[in-house]
Amino acid sequence: MKLKILSTTTLFLLWLIENAVAQIGKPFIHDPSTIAVSNGKYFTFGTFGGGLISEDGWTWQGGAVRPGRGAAPDVLKIGDRYLVVYGATGGGLAGGHNGKILTMWNKSLDPESPDFKYSEAVVVASSDGIEDNDAIDPGLLLDPTDGRLWLSYGTYFGYIRLVELDPKTGKRIKGNKALNIAIDCEASDLIYRDGWYYLLGTHGTCCDGANSTYNIVVGRSRKVTGPYLDNIGRPMLKGGGKMVVMAGDRMIGPGHFGRFVVGDGVEKMSCHYEADLDQGGYSVLGIRPLLWKNGWPVAGDNFKEGVYEIESERRGYALELGVDFTRMPGGMRFNRNNDEPVKPVPSQELADVIKTWPTGDIKVRISDYMFRPHQKWAISPVPNAGGYLGGPYYKIVIAGTERALAATAAAELITVPAFTGAPEQLWRIDQLTDGTYRIMPKIVPGSKEQLALVSAGDSTPALGRFDKNSDNSKWNFRVH
Amino acid sequence: MMNIKYRTVLLIVTLMILVGLRLQAQRPPAKIDSITANDINRSIAPFFIPATTLKMSPDADGFIRRWLLLEPVNKSIRSNLVFTDSYLKKEFETDYFPNQFTVVPKDGEIVKVGGQQLLWHALESPDFNVKLFRFAYGLKKQTYAVLFWAVTVVNSPREMKNVRLAVGSNGGSAWWLNGNQAVVLDGDRRMVMDDCVSPRLTLNKGKNIIRGAVINGPGLSDFCVRLLDEKGAPVKDLTISLK
Repeated sequence: MKLKILSTTTLFLLWLIENAVAQIGKPFIHDPSTIAVSNGKYFTFGTFGGGLISEDGWTWQGGAVRPGRGAAPDVLKIGDRYLVVYGATGGGLAGGHNGKILTMWNKSLDPESPDFKYSEAVVVASSDGIEDNDAIDPGLLLDPTDGRLWLSYGTYFGYIRLVELDPKTGKRIKGNKALNIAIDCEASDLIYRDGWYYLLGTHGTCCDGANSTYNIVVGRSRKVTGPYLDNIGRPMLKGGGKMVVMAGDRMIGPGHFGRFVVGDGVEKMSCHYEADLDQGGYSVLGIRPLLWKNGWPVAGDNFKEGVYEIESERRGYALELGVDFTRMPGGMRFNRNNDEPVKPVPSQELADVIKTWPTGDIKVRISDYMFRPHQKWAISPVPNAGGYLGGPYYKIVIAGTERALAATAAAELITVPAFTGAPEQLWRIDQLTDGTYRIMPKIVPGSKEQLALVSAGDSTPALGRFDKNSDNSKWNFRVH
Repeated sequence: MMNIKYRTVLLIVTLMILVGLRLQAQRPPAKIDSITANDINRSIAPFFIPATTLKMSPDADGFIRRWLLLEPVNKSIRSNLVFTDSYLKKEFETDYFPNQFTVVPKDGEIVKVGGQQLLWHALESPDFNVKLFRFAYGLKKQTYAVLFWAVTVVNSPREMKNVRLAVGSNGGSAWWLNGNQAVVLDGDRRMVMDDCVSPRLTLNKGKNIIRGAVINGPGLSDFCVRLLDEKGAPVKDLTISLK
């Protein structure tokens, strides 16, 4: 066996990459805006100005530009322009509650674009410092049913309020009066889905690192103006809210929800964590799958490396290597002498079977899961291979080997004897809104089409177009 | 040239300032901002109206809106994360004024707590919750790092078994029914209706005294209280008085 000696730093970096379930790079931000795409890049802005940019949605660096400083911006693309909104508190954040919400436009969010130029910011809402509201923490919604533009804002100092803006100018609709829609939360955001308006708010304590109790809750209403009720019918105006996400995976204090629809059946939510214990306890950008359960949004879990059964949602069969089935000691096991001692039977191990496997490429099929070595897949992120919104590329190998799952030019599946890092051996794993998974190769050789792992038959996998309405396109990862 | 110690202190101070910038709802400002300092129209209206002797029941959702409130006891609390069970036990078991666990005070009655002369106010809230921050602000009292006492009298037409006292408070609080502690809300809480409820209790026929203490550091203080029957529905066939 050849041992490589790695420096402590390299080991630590590898450990970080393989364990990180937040983003990599320098994803340090507080109060991130909803993620927006501009000029082929991902952008999010934070408190005090500036923000993060990512080429692929996984590795983030500073460099985004937002004037006005202030706090907790949001971004919404309307037509071919971006409306950026942020809060500026007249009394200073450590002082009073006389806040202002300002909007401004830009044709591009990318400072490298020739179109990058902010319009002059205009005030669209304010609080006088005494009333039961603090005009800070804005969130935007363009109602897809009628094109009206809404802004929610506020913090723990009184009510969360709703006002209407003009989607052409970004200014307040003349004569529009603010509505109270919630109490005791901050960082509100409105989204619409399937006939429901959802109001998301952050509860708990902010800004105390690993002691922050920040968490994101939701209520919903048939009307954008409310009332927003939680899952037991409690109004958000009386403090109600159903949990969307709280601490976990060594990341503490999620707040400032944003929704990003990747495509049919694939949604992500952004937030910040007040403290990522794997990244110095600093506040970092978080991106997680957004699931919908019984009409309620809930954060999914970012995929974790491990050894899994890859189960088809179609039949419940498991993805496996196309090798000869090796029997365990069997035969009729139910006609026994009850006085005989009972002893455990060891599971079939890789060493028991691997010598019977071909050494070249081996086909892939789907079959009954028997927890045999040819059905156990080790899935782990590939360092320095980049990623996509919210996740790194993974390699999928038979556990205990380097035999890797790969896409072929014929849009079929194969396993190759050793993982080389070739793009057809890199896999994107997205949890779908129903909790199942989509599995896609980074590329299909010779094709520009983005295909996903599908069940062409109960026992036959292939690559095909993803269909969110078909169980043929969906998979589960099970641990046995 | 700055020495290391000075630079370290400067760094710590700078970090504290940066952290403090986002703690608007969490920490008291170093000094009152000019807007609130110059607010000459401070009043507890419209958040409270004086309590009357008119018959009053819980509201449509069962919330009790008529209370005797003691002006806030000044405390020194930098962060709301301190409100552990043991902290609250110590704070609420402290003797602040005579007969604090038995008295049903009168409107305008004065008690002395340390160096403070504090008045009891008989008030009604137009809303389901009792906005203690507005009570303190309107009376030009300290608004952050404060302890409030509240008392009300619930008159039941019959003995009611298996009721629960349901409370939401910002921040930590403790509540007693007829002298027995019923429920404690620990931690840095926002006020959420029915956040914590007591074990099953019995309401006596006639007079029952509900007493509460709410402690908070930075941020808005308020509470909401109602009684729930054994099916979880609000108990509304009660009257609320203050004696």
